[in-house]
Amino acid sequence: MPIFIDRRLNPKDKSLSNRQRFLKRARAELKRSVRNQVREGRIAEVDREHAVPMPRKDITEPTFSDAGDSGRRQHVLPGNRTYIPGELIPKPGRGGMGSSSPGNKESEDDFRFVLSREEVLDLFFEDLELPDLVKLNLKQILTFKPKRAGFAASGSPTNINVGRTMRNSHGRRIALGRPKQAQLDAIARQLAALEAQPPDTAMRERIMALREEFDHLERRRRRIAFVDPVDIRFNRFDPQPQPNASAVMFCLMDVSGSMGEREKDLAKRFFVLLHLFLTRRYERTDIVFIRHTHEAKEVDEETFFYHTQSGGTVVSTALEEMHRIIEQRYPATEWNIYAAQASDGDNFATDSERCIELLGGKLMRLCQYFAYVEIIDERESHIFGSTENGTSLWRAYSTVDGKWPNFQMKRIAAPADIYPVFRELFARQPALRKSA
Amino acid sequence: MTAQAQKSELLFSGADWDFKKLSRVYDEIEAIGVEELRLDIYPVQMEVISSEQMLDAYSSVGMPLMYQHWSFGKHFLYNELLYRKGRRGLAYELVINSNPCIVYLMEENTMALQALVTAHAALGHNHFFKNNHLFRQWTDAGGILSYLEFAKGYISRCEERHGLAAVEAILDSAHALMEQGVFRYHRPPKPSSEQQREGIRERLEYEERFYNDLWRTLPSSQEADKAGALEPGMEERKKSLNLPEENLLYFLEKNSLVLEPWQREIVRIVRVIAQYFYPQRQTQVMNEGCATFVHYTLMNTLFDRGRISEGAMLEILRNHSNVIFQPSFDDPRFSGINPYALGLDMMQDIQRISTEPTAEDRDWFPDIAGRGDWLDTLLDAWANHRDESFIRQYLSPTLIRKWRFFVLGDGADKPHYEVASIHDERGYKRIRAALAQSYDWGASRPDIQVVDVALLGDRHLRLQHLVKNGITLENDSRDATLRHIRNLWGYEVSLAAIDAETGATLSERWTKDC
Repeated sequence: MPIFIDRRLNPKDKSLSNRQRFLKRARAELKRSVRNQVREGRIAEVDREHAVPMPRKDITEPTFSDAGDSGRRQHVLPGNRTYIPGELIPKPGRGGMGSSSPGNKESEDDFRFVLSREEVLDLFFEDLELPDLVKLNLKQILTFKPKRAGFAASGSPTNINVGRTMRNSHGRRIALGRPKQAQLDAIARQLAALEAQPPDTAMRERIMALREEFDHLERRRRRIAFVDPVDIRFNRFDPQPQPNASAVMFCLMDVSGSMGEREKDLAKRFFVLLHLFLTRRYERTDIVFIRHTHEAKEVDEETFFYHTQSGGTVVSTALEEMHRIIEQRYPATEWNIYAAQASDGDNFATDSERCIELLGGKLMRLCQYFAYVEIIDERESHIFGSTENGTSLWRAYSTVDGKWPNFQMKRIAAPADIYPVFRELFARQPALRKSA
Repeated sequence: MTAQAQKSELLFSGADWDFKKLSRVYDEIEAIGVEELRLDIYPVQMEVISSEQMLDAYSSVGMPLMYQHWSFGKHFLYNELLYRKGRRGLAYELVINSNPCIVYLMEENTMALQALVTAHAALGHNHFFKNNHLFRQWTDAGGILSYLEFAKGYISRCEERHGLAAVEAILDSAHALMEQGVFRYHRPPKPSSEQQREGIRERLEYEERFYNDLWRTLPSSQEADKAGALEPGMEERKKSLNLPEENLLYFLEKNSLVLEPWQREIVRIVRVIAQYFYPQRQTQVMNEGCATFVHYTLMNTLFDRGRISEGAMLEILRNHSNVIFQPSFDDPRFSGINPYALGLDMMQDIQRISTEPTAEDRDWFPDIAGRGDWLDTLLDAWANHRDESFIRQYLSPTLIRKWRFFVLGDGADKPHYEVASIHDERGYKRIRAALAQSYDWGASRPDIQVVDVALLGDRHLRLQHLVKNGITLENDSRDATLRHIRNLWGYEVSLAAIDAETGATLSERWTKDC
């Protein structure tokens, strides 16, 4: 008789740490693929699993191996049909029969494996330089609240469902024929009545029979419990995501010719981060994309990031469009309104005044938060970094910044600059949570 | 009534398995195996695992315990992908050459499959591991698990002490040389350090006692003079370092100038594991053939005795024929010769030759034809052969015809393959030789040896690649591997390609150039 060991209950994921080592090793390449996916994908899709191609660099395991295109070999193959010795067979191009090395690499190419949400976020956060606490917050899934969901055969004693338990017990008692108390009582009464009369043999036998039946019923009662462990049912609870209020996020972007590929990429990361933050806090997050040149228009995400449009720059049109949409679809009483605006700062000089008016007069009252990022050239960053001088829009917004605490503005030249825009937002988070 | 009696004869019915049934089936199979096939096995330990655990085991080279390394994570991802996409099924079992012999059974298997797997792994492979001379010589079945446990613990302690990156660097480099980390031709030198010291002391004493200054005055021969002038002390150095050395890992472990003791130990661990797997690489056809032959024989015996039902037998046969399926070379499913099929066919062929030989068989195998003692022949083959010698000895013309083998000559510089031999009178021996040659694992891998070290100069390590049939090394992987050797050696390394036939140096590659 062999020794049997049941290993099925052993901890799984024995390879998990090897997987992590592998990901760490291929980090640079994975980061590149995740970033490409963020650039090409939708904002809301960052926060999930991603399939990425198998990295190539840094993970080769070299060994000495024969070059397929050298020397003379012999292959022994089965299944000859018509060949005779000396026959010549043309080679079917490179990587054909026999030489296995060239074929290998291509087949590895279409390997895509899935990164978990956590791993994706880790890679996405990498050069945003988020503080650890914030990262942790963003990686957390919504808070859950237990919700009743049927019954379970196991659970904690506090969750016993008495009604269901008793119903089971009742059914079982009927099925197994547990004697009722009334039956016993009836026999006891009969016995008492018989014992009161003067005894004779027939009577004695009758009493004996009744006693026996009484004992039998009593034993049976004892054996078939009133409530058996198998009857017990517990209330089952399913963790449900905590219902939160809804939020809408307005993405405003200047798409005039001055916004190039780099600017749009930075803007996108900025929007992604805000979106991640919002999805953590609100059960439902809508995104509205408004792009503008000298006129503004609500568009879908694809158009927002990839279609170019020529024209001048009139920022106020975007703010007006946003206001119109809020009035139409997102009443401030039901929605938490967040807005993020990205621009290179160009604007018609006269229009900036109008922007101040719109923001101060209407929008800031409606918005939870309004973040403005100005994307500048890396070379300019040290010139503009600290001064108040700047583009016309920057100067105009500076006045709004002073008046409204829920307004944030920042110049961004590199991914690492994005987070400080949100600092206020993240810092306020715990306080907001309590009130929510 | 008869139906019931028959039913009680069956070892199991239905698809579900439980431990009682497994145990009953194992006892029965073992009894038959030992009785009828005279198998000699290690005690068996059966472990039931889930498919995920099977994937885990795949990625750590099939061992239940393994140290941690990113490459295992990579293999895990590949295997998982292949499995999830349905491109590859998982093995029904995994068996480890250890004492007790560990057999993994997948929980998804039906009872019939578990019986098949038990016969295949717990009897077939087990017998082969215990009796084949390669395994007996090169592996320590009793000690491997505790060695792996030691290795795992040792490496994780090193990681704690020296950092993940440092350990990883050593492991990467050592892994690159795993194929060059085995002794192919001789046993590793094994005197304990005490014996060694004792030996050296004795030798010195002896030399002192018999020292005679007169010998110094003898004129040296011309030969020695030439060699000495060319490179002084080369012969001595080679002798003291045991050069040439084919086991690069062994050489580096013992002689590297930069490795610290813990690094040497890690190199040693990788080398020991490489050596442990070396017999398996050389006996694929035999090992699988032996296991397949055993399960086929045992299952049929069980069925003949009425111990398993027809339904179960059908399932077993279906799986059996899947396992030994061999598509021909022009089939899209062809991916080389199936070792299960070739092994089983050869062993059944030995049975046939032994019991009902043809005239041809009598010519080819006068020793075994018609003697009826096929089991003795098989037991002897299982114990004393490896793939290469087994095929060279026992591949019969009948089988060559059945498989319709042919040999294809492939010169890299020619636009055509040339059919060299087919299954005819002139071809049998050549096909047999070529097939045997292709299973000689040692000969089919690049032959790379340490030939010299400039210990007094720049400590430059010279390697030599013996180029056979003009087959050179693939450039990128060669350079990358050389860089790994340089990491372990610490100084410049060069690899010279020497033509095996002419002895001419074809090329030389230095690490400083790559």
